[in-house]
Amino acid sequence: MSPLASMIVKRIGLGFVTLAVVSAVVFFAVYLLPGDLAEEILGQAATPETVANIRRELGLDRPPIERYVDWITGLLSGDFGRSLANGRPIAELAGMRLVNTLYLAGFAAAVSIPLSLTLGIVAALYREKLIDRSINVAALTAISLPEFFIAYILIFALTVKAGWLPSLATVSADTPLGERMFRSILPVLTLTLAVAAHVMRLTRAAIVNLLASPYIEMARLKGLKPWRVILRHALPNALAPIINVVVLNLAYLIVGVVVVEVVFAYPGLGQLMVDSVGKRDVPVVQATCLFFASTYIMLNLVADVATIAADPRLLHRR
Amino acid sequence: MTVPDTLLTMRGLAIEGRSERGTTQIVTGIDLNLKRGEVLGLIGESGAGKSTLGLAAMGYTRDGCRITAGSIVFDGIELTTAGDEARRRLRGSRIAYVAQSAAAAFNPAMRLIDQSVEIAVQHGVMNNAEAAAAAIALYRRMQLPSPEEIGFRYPHQVSGGQLQRAMTAMAMVARPDLIVFDEPTTALDVTTQIEVLAAIRDAVEAIGTSAIYISHDLALVAQMADRIMVLRHGRLVEEADTRTMMASPRQAYTKSLWAVRTFRGSRKPEMAAGTTPLLRVERLTAAYDETPVLQDVSLDLHRGRTVAVVGESGSGKSTLARVITGLLPPRQGSVAFEGKTLAGSYRGRSPEELRRVQMIVQMPDTALNPRQRVRDAIGRPLKFYLGLTGEARERRMRELLTEIELDPDQYVDRYPAELSGGQKQRVCIARALAAEPALLICDEITSALDQLVAEEMLKLLDRLQRERGLTYLFITHDLATVRAIADEVVVMKDGRIVEAGPRDRMFAPPHHPYTDLLLSSVPEMDPDWLDRLLDQRKAQAPS
Amino acid sequence: MADLATALRSAPPSAWFGISVSALYVFVALGAPVVAPFGETQVVGPAFAPWGGASPLGTDNLGRDMATRLIYGARNTVGIAVVTTVLAFLIGGGIGLISGTVRGWVDQVLGRIVDVMMAIPSLIFSLLLLAIFGTSVVSMITIIALIEATRIFRLARALALGIAVLDYVEAAKLRGEGLIWLITREILPNATAPLIAEFGLRFCFVFLFISALSFLGLGIQPPTADWGSMVRDNAALISYGDITPLLPAGAIALLTVAVNFVVDWLLHRSSGLKD
Repeated sequence: MSPLASMIVKRIGLGFVTLAVVSAVVFFAVYLLPGDLAEEILGQAATPETVANIRRELGLDRPPIERYVDWITGLLSGDFGRSLANGRPIAELAGMRLVNTLYLAGFAAAVSIPLSLTLGIVAALYREKLIDRSINVAALTAISLPEFFIAYILIFALTVKAGWLPSLATVSADTPLGERMFRSILPVLTLTLAVAAHVMRLTRAAIVNLLASPYIEMARLKGLKPWRVILRHALPNALAPIINVVVLNLAYLIVGVVVVEVVFAYPGLGQLMVDSVGKRDVPVVQATCLFFASTYIMLNLVADVATIAADPRLLHRR
Repeated sequence: MTVPDTLLTMRGLAIEGRSERGTTQIVTGIDLNLKRGEVLGLIGESGAGKSTLGLAAMGYTRDGCRITAGSIVFDGIELTTAGDEARRRLRGSRIAYVAQSAAAAFNPAMRLIDQSVEIAVQHGVMNNAEAAAAAIALYRRMQLPSPEEIGFRYPHQVSGGQLQRAMTAMAMVARPDLIVFDEPTTALDVTTQIEVLAAIRDAVEAIGTSAIYISHDLALVAQMADRIMVLRHGRLVEEADTRTMMASPRQAYTKSLWAVRTFRGSRKPEMAAGTTPLLRVERLTAAYDETPVLQDVSLDLHRGRTVAVVGESGSGKSTLARVITGLLPPRQGSVAFEGKTLAGSYRGRSPEELRRVQMIVQMPDTALNPRQRVRDAIGRPLKFYLGLTGEARERRMRELLTEIELDPDQYVDRYPAELSGGQKQRVCIARALAAEPALLICDEITSALDQLVAEEMLKLLDRLQRERGLTYLFITHDLATVRAIADEVVVMKDGRIVEAGPRDRMFAPPHHPYTDLLLSSVPEMDPDWLDRLLDQRKAQAPS
Repeated sequence: MADLATALRSAPPSAWFGISVSALYVFVALGAPVVAPFGETQVVGPAFAPWGGASPLGTDNLGRDMATRLIYGARNTVGIAVVTTVLAFLIGGGIGLISGTVRGWVDQVLGRIVDVMMAIPSLIFSLLLLAIFGTSVVSMITIIALIEATRIFRLARALALGIAVLDYVEAAKLRGEGLIWLITREILPNATAPLIAEFGLRFCFVFLFISALSFLGLGIQPPTADWGSMVRDNAALISYGDITPLLPAGAIALLTVAVNFVVDWLLHRSSGLKD
């Protein structure tokens, strides 16, 4: 096996190990609570009978390891357990919401990533010029705004004042695609503003960092046009940090998704998770948490593999 | 005013640099004339403004620098007033640049051939195929191995000396009128330097281009240039034909450039036989992770004497210092001090053992904590090892500063940033002396310093040795330094000792072949040295 | 001190804006009981009263004075964010510096633990822990401080690793200095600039993080006046074209913008004139 292939295989293996460890963390976090979770959840209303019920529901009466194995095998066969609050299967609760969330996040990523990469490259090209300073101040401001602030300002301006867009993004399984896109414009806009600023700033930084390197000075001394210096000489070398930045910032997208779903009453996983935290519906929270975490781990894995594959020093060995 | 065959003229050029600390004058009132086909040498120490001047010849200033006065006329074009676009068109196609470190100046993500053809193609001088053919022809002229294929490699797949040659070829593809060589061999080892130097000179002659050759080494420039300008602090010191300057330098500063080469340390009496060595290194083998860097190295250091370890980069000479001090525990072998074996790691050594062996390193900039005053740097070992406090410590500190020739009143409360490179190195010596050591390990301590400062440093060390009976382990790549101060010489290559013996024997033939190569590769202050050497090597080469 | 004065004089307008606004917030937070017209939880009129009269910014969903709640919010929301950030720095910074200086297996183990913790997006991780431990200010501070500490650990460790190989630290090691001397005298003084910038940056993260949790109803709990939950409680007014709920959100945004401007200036300064 070539060294490159073995590095990639190793990285993928590491990804799955991380996934396994994270699933264990999510599962065993319950045991961090000093005392009994069942009594804790019930609080004042605890009677020996209800406590025993909850303990059985949560599986606290069985050995932890055995429970964990059951949980994992369940997950792998599509059985996510049952909600503590209403006893319904979690798969049933979360199924449609999962699709909705993926759709919303995907839509936002598709808009924000190309936008922010372009802005980042433009800012690097015209660094210290007016256009760069404006983009920078705008981006610095945008990353400072809480998602819900952006959301409400957009609602105030585009819904209440202008009346163009709906303020609630209520969709269901049979909402047609056109209607679904129209209703999710505001959430996507909010997410784009929140994520694009981060990616743009770091893209610019990754390129500007390289501009001090001798081979960029060399490219300038070769009399190349400024855009060629950036696109042909700086960008390929900035690729690895940029890929990492993009993926790292999908974490902001996840945070954003949770808040935005609540603001716009969008029926996604984030909203379910927040509701369940309030109700201390631990099994639902664990399942949604594991979903978000594994998505993030997988994205990181893809980014790392892409970074390894994009490095000419690894691609073409001595 | 300009004669027809003049290619480049500078008049009263001044360049200013701006930083947080204010503005500094980098280049002041420089006049320069370069004829077509002429090679001009620019020589000076760090901070002389020679690179800034070289770049100015391309109408380029680095970020934070600004041309404040004067004119630069290239082939009738005034570069200081020409627009960005006009200057960009000249760069690469008519004025090309060869950087100090080709390894850093080649784009790591592009093949050599793609970078080589870029100038000609982007400036519309040639099409891709023509440029590629020209590049390959130049690779061949630069004596690169397999010129047809080497272009399809990435920079990291090619050695440093080859990269430097490829970069010269790249500069020549579009047939520029002028090439600026900015210390093109400084990053190379002395033995590699010769080949690159010869190839550059050959190619410059063959295509008949003008060149500005920048270097800190007068002996090197003398091999390349028709005429030499000596710069200091951004001003011209002296300008003359190469032969005139080498034969009869006028200015005191120019003469001082010979300084280290002529200095000789004091002679020591012959060693008494049968004494226990101060330090005995036996059969050391060491490695970083899996890479072996030292193999089976043994040597003895006797009290009051200087042993110089000489070798090129990668020879393991600095690793030897790290193993002796315990920063890198050896895989095998032992280090014994005054007959007693030391622990492999410094963690296992007693404060007393640590105190007796002190080390001074190459870069004075990183050797002193920027947040500690001179007082703290020297005072700490006095307290730590000798328990001195208050008045006693203050007095000792002043004695030490006086001993290294720095005025205590003026320097004791300064931060490292307020000292020059040479002063910092002196403080490092004082810090080492504060521990009252028996052995001083000096790892390339003059390499980062200018010639004059380096010579003063060697004189200081020589005096300290006489007064205090210190023993030195002197690690260096510079044979002139070895000649100046060593009693014994150890030559290293690829982690092994190649040859060892008293200085006089080592500098007289017959040599080990590697020692011979090393010795003959050191540029001499003679404009014909390179020619003679190349002829000699050609004659010796088995046909 | 003289350095600081020169630095301030050359500071760009954005940095001046940031410094002034941050100072104003600190002043309001410290002087809240004096500055505020009413008590923090005092009901002064009907719910959702319009602007004007005794309540210049109207009243909230329970009839409490909006202006008073905003002023106390500076004390509570900002105060809790500062406490959390300091805690995170003490834990993450301390362990990170030690880990980067001693290296070896301690560093390996800590590194792996942090890797796992960082593999879970922070909001998601905190939601899981809040579900288990219950939503209270103490558990929120602890959870966020621990999660943020992993990020600070990374930076502090990287800084220590970088500085520990410099010649002057090696010289101190060879002198026989102990770990405490190495960290406090050799490494920390040379890591302050990036650590201060990181503190500002982390404060912004923590502040937005706490605001988001409070907005979701899982952070600072009633009746404590807090900007995040004030937005949530009064959000309904937006649909009637009333911008009152945007005020606490704007207060959060303004402070974050201000701190970010200061940090941006500090980072730009410490990076020299690179660009």
